[in-house]
Amino acid sequence: MPNVFGTPLKRREDPRLITGKGNFTDDIQLPGMLYMAVLRSPHAHARIKRIDVSAARQVPGVVAVYTGKDLEGKMGTIPTAWLVPDSDIKTPPHHALAVDQVRYVGDGIALVVAEDRYTVRDALELIDVEYEELPPVVNQEEAMKDGAPQLHEGVPNNIAFHWKAGEVPDEVFDRAEVVIRRRFYQQRLIPNPMETRAAVAQYNPSSGEMTIWCTSQNPHIHRFILSGVLGIPETKLQVVAPDVGGGFGCKIAVYPDEALVGYVARDLRRPVKWTEDRREHFTTTTHGRDMILDVELAGKRDGTLTALRIKNTANLGAYLSTAAPGVPTILFGLIAPGPYKIPKAAVEVIGVLTNTTPTDAYRGAGRPEATYQIERMIDLFADEIGMDPLEIRRKNLIREDEFPFDNALGLQYDSGNYHRALNKALEMINYDQFRKEQEEARKKGRYLGIGFSTYVEICGLGPSKVAGAVGFQGGLWESATVRVHPSGKISVFTGASPHGQGEETTFAQIVSQKLGVPVEDIEIVHGDTNRISMGWGTYGSRTTPVGGSAIAIACDRVLEKAKKIAAHALEVSESDLDFEDGAFQVQGVPGKKITFQEVTLQAYLAWNLPEGVEPSLEAQSFYDPANFVYPFGTHICILEVDGETGEVKLKKYVAVDDPGPVINPMVAEGQVHGGIVQGIGQALWEGAVYDENGQLISGTFMDYAMPKARFFPAFETAFTETPSPVNPLGVKGIGETGTIASTPAVVNAVVDALKPFGVKDLDMPLTPEKVWKAMQKGRREA
Amino acid sequence: METGKVNVTVTVNGVRRSAMVEPRMLLVHFLRDGLGLVGTHIGCDTSQCGACTVLLDGEAVKSCTVLAVQADGSDVTTVEGLGDMENLHPVQEGFWEKHGLQCGFCTPGVMMTAVGLLKQNLNPTEEEIREGLEGVLCRCTGYQNIVRAVQYAAARMSESEGHREVAAAGDDSGEGGR
Repeated sequence: MPNVFGTPLKRREDPRLITGKGNFTDDIQLPGMLYMAVLRSPHAHARIKRIDVSAARQVPGVVAVYTGKDLEGKMGTIPTAWLVPDSDIKTPPHHALAVDQVRYVGDGIALVVAEDRYTVRDALELIDVEYEELPPVVNQEEAMKDGAPQLHEGVPNNIAFHWKAGEVPDEVFDRAEVVIRRRFYQQRLIPNPMETRAAVAQYNPSSGEMTIWCTSQNPHIHRFILSGVLGIPETKLQVVAPDVGGGFGCKIAVYPDEALVGYVARDLRRPVKWTEDRREHFTTTTHGRDMILDVELAGKRDGTLTALRIKNTANLGAYLSTAAPGVPTILFGLIAPGPYKIPKAAVEVIGVLTNTTPTDAYRGAGRPEATYQIERMIDLFADEIGMDPLEIRRKNLIREDEFPFDNALGLQYDSGNYHRALNKALEMINYDQFRKEQEEARKKGRYLGIGFSTYVEICGLGPSKVAGAVGFQGGLWESATVRVHPSGKISVFTGASPHGQGEETTFAQIVSQKLGVPVEDIEIVHGDTNRISMGWGTYGSRTTPVGGSAIAIACDRVLEKAKKIAAHALEVSESDLDFEDGAFQVQGVPGKKITFQEVTLQAYLAWNLPEGVEPSLEAQSFYDPANFVYPFGTHICILEVDGETGEVKLKKYVAVDDPGPVINPMVAEGQVHGGIVQGIGQALWEGAVYDENGQLISGTFMDYAMPKARFFPAFETAFTETPSPVNPLGVKGIGETGTIASTPAVVNAVVDALKPFGVKDLDMPLTPEKVWKAMQKGRREA
Repeated sequence: METGKVNVTVTVNGVRRSAMVEPRMLLVHFLRDGLGLVGTHIGCDTSQCGACTVLLDGEAVKSCTVLAVQADGSDVTTVEGLGDMENLHPVQEGFWEKHGLQCGFCTPGVMMTAVGLLKQNLNPTEEEIREGLEGVLCRCTGYQNIVRAVQYAAARMSESEGHREVAAAGDDSGEGGR
C-alpha cells in the first residue's frame, strides 16, 4: 500500500460542507423547539434598579421571561478554570444573568423564550430596565489606580492576580552595554469566526437526561463545567459539538449562554435554541490580546543578547473567563525569550479587571504577544548597534546542536534547526538584491521594507503535570479509541474536537499508515461526549501532537494484539512476523501470511484465539505527553509604504514553518495561509476600540476591519521537518504558527520601510492614517 | 407581534415553494426556517460577510438583505441546488480539489459568490477574483485556496464552454448545442 502519511489527500469533511449538508448548531431543528434571546446591558457599568418584564410577557408567542433574580441560587455561577498559582488570584462571581449590577456592555440581564426568532426579538425590546449608571473604567492601568471605579467586591484596585516568573536584578541592566526599553500595546482583537456561537438544549423529564449541542472546541470541558453549573450529573448530560464554524480560541470558554439554554430547556421542558447574532458576538464573546508590554532587553555591542525583562499589564475584562488567567501568564511569559539564547529573563504579569468584554484565548493565545515583543525588540536592538536584523538573529538563534535547550524561564525546547528554516526562507527571496532595490527606490521617494520573524512557539498542550503546576484546572492528555469492526472497517474516537482543521482526514491518514487500511475504510468520530470516553479538545495546536499521538499509540496496541492472533493462526512465533502492506508476513517465507482483515475476523469469531487473548480488536490510549512541542520557522515580509497615503501594500510574503513531519501538506499549507492572514489582520487593520464610557465603537463588520481577499498577495510557503522526540509521531502542530509569526514580520517590514523618516516603532494596527502621521512627523523633523 | 402574513411563491432549486410569511421576514430565514434549506448560513447582521449569498434570478445576492416577499415569483438557487456529490458544480469541485474551505461555514456563500463572479467573467485574473470576493469574509483559509478554487472552476468551465462552442461551430443548423 502506498505511503499516505505526507500526501495531500483531499479532505473527507468537504463533501458535506460543499453541498450544503453540514450540520452546524443553528441548523438543528427539533419538534416544539423554542428560541431564546438575551437582553444585554447597554451600559458598561451600572446598577440595575428595576426590571419590568410585564410587557414582554404579554407578547403573543412569548413562553417565558427570566431575569437574573429569577435564576439566583437556582444555577451555579460561571467558573474560571485557570487559577494561576502563587498569584493571589481572585475569582469574583460571574452570574449567568447579572443580578444587581452590570459590568460591561453585553452583560446579560434577562432572557426571553418564544416560539420563533422574530417574536423573541420583539419581546426583548419591551423589557424596561432602570439603571443607575456607575463610572466605568476601560483601561487596565487606569483601573489599577487608587480611586478608580471598583468592579467587584473583594478585588481591590481591580487586580485579579499578580504573577511572576524568573528574576533579573536591576544591576544586570545597569551594567549592560546596550539596553533597549520599549512599551508595546497588544491591541484588543475580536475573534469573529464566521459562525457565531449557538446552543440548542433538549431535556427529557422522564430520564433526567439532557443534550446540549453547542459551538464548542472542547465538548467534554463544556460537559464538565455545565454539569456543575446546571446540577446535572455527567452521566445524564451529553454535550455535542456538531460542525463548528471556526473557533480561534473563543469557543473554548464556557459562557453563560450555553448554561442558560440548558436551564430554560429543563425548566420549560421543551427544546430551546439560542443563536448569537454578530453584534452580540462583538460584545459578548471573549476578545483576545489587550496587553500592555513594558520590555527591557540588554546585550552587548557585538549583538549578544544577555537579559530580558517584561512587565505585562493584561486587561481581562469584567469577569475571568474560562482560560483567561493562563493566557498573559504561562502561555505568554514562559516563551518570551523566543528562539534566542538569552541567559536571563523575568516576566511579571498583572491581571486587571475592567468594564469591558472578558478576554481569553485568541489564536496563538499569549504566544503571538510573546513573539511580537521579542521580534520587535531584536530589530530595535540591531538598529541601535547598527547591525543587520538578519545578522543579529543568526548570532543569537539557538543552534541545532544545542537541543534540547533549556530557556531562562524553565521551558525545555524539544528540537529544532532554526538556521535551516531561516536559510530556506532566504532562498525564497534575494536579500542582497532587495537591499539594493530598496536603496534605489528610496532615492525615487518609494518606501520598500523587509521584515523578519524567526519564531518559536509552545504547542501540543501539554503535559498534565505541567497543566497542574501552572494552575489549569484540567488535564491536558488526550484519549483515542481505535475500534476495528469485524469486517475490518475502523472507527476512531478522538477526544480532540477539530472544527475546520481537517483531522477527519489527517487522523485517518495516521491510522491508514499504521494499520495498512485504506483511508476510505476509516471513520473519525469526534465532538460527542456520549460516544467518546473523554477529551480535552482542540486548542493550543494540540490536536495532532496529543490527539494524533493517542491514536497512533492505540493503533500500536491494536497491532500488538493482532500480531498475537496472527502468529497463533500461522503457527509461528510473533518474532517471526513482519507487518507490511496490511498483512502479517512470515519472515523468509514469501506467501506465508495473513491479512489484517482476516486477523480481525478471527478476533471477533474467537473460535481459535491464543491462550490469554480476549476476543475483539479494539484498543484505547490516554496519552499524556512528556513535554510541550516547539514548532518554529522564519517568515519574511516585503512590502511598500505609499509615501503619499501611508497605505501598506504587501508585495511578497514567504513562510517557512517546521511543524515536524507533515501528515498532509495541503491541509498544513491551508493552516499556514489562514494563520498568516489572521496575524496580518492584527498588524495592519484589526482593533477593538472602546470609548471612555466603555462603549465598543468597533462593534460591527462595518467598523471592525476584517481581512479580505484583495488585501493580500499569494503567499509562498514551505516546510522543514524536524521531528520532535516528545511524541511517537514526531509532530509539532501547525494551527497557530502563521498567526504567531506574521504580525511582527509585517510590523518589522513597515518600520524598515519608514527608516528614512526616523520611525523606530508604531503601535498596531498600522493603519494608513497612523503610518502617514509618522511620515509627516519624520518630514517635519528632517 | 402578530402581523398580517402574505403569500410568497418562490422557485427554489427548481421546485415551486409557497408559504405564508410575515412581510418583514428575510429571505435567508425563509430558506432556513421556512423551507429547511440550512445550507445557506447567516454570518452577520450588517450584510458584510456574504455567508448567506444565493442566486436570485441568476444573480448573486445576500439573502439577508432581501425580504422573502421581494423574492416572490423569482428563481432562487441555494448551495443545495448547485450540485450534489454525483454531479458537482465546477465551483464545488474546485473548493474540494484546492482545499478552498476549512470550517466550511462561509463556504456556501463564497461558492455562490464565485458562481456569480464566473457568470460575469469566465476568465478572471487572480486580481479580479480577489476583487470579486470583496463581499465575502472567510476567517479560516486566508483566501489563497479560495482563489485557487475559483481558478480551477474557471478553467473547467471555460473548457466545457470551449467544447460547446466547438460543438456549436460544427453544427450545420447553426443553432448551437445549448
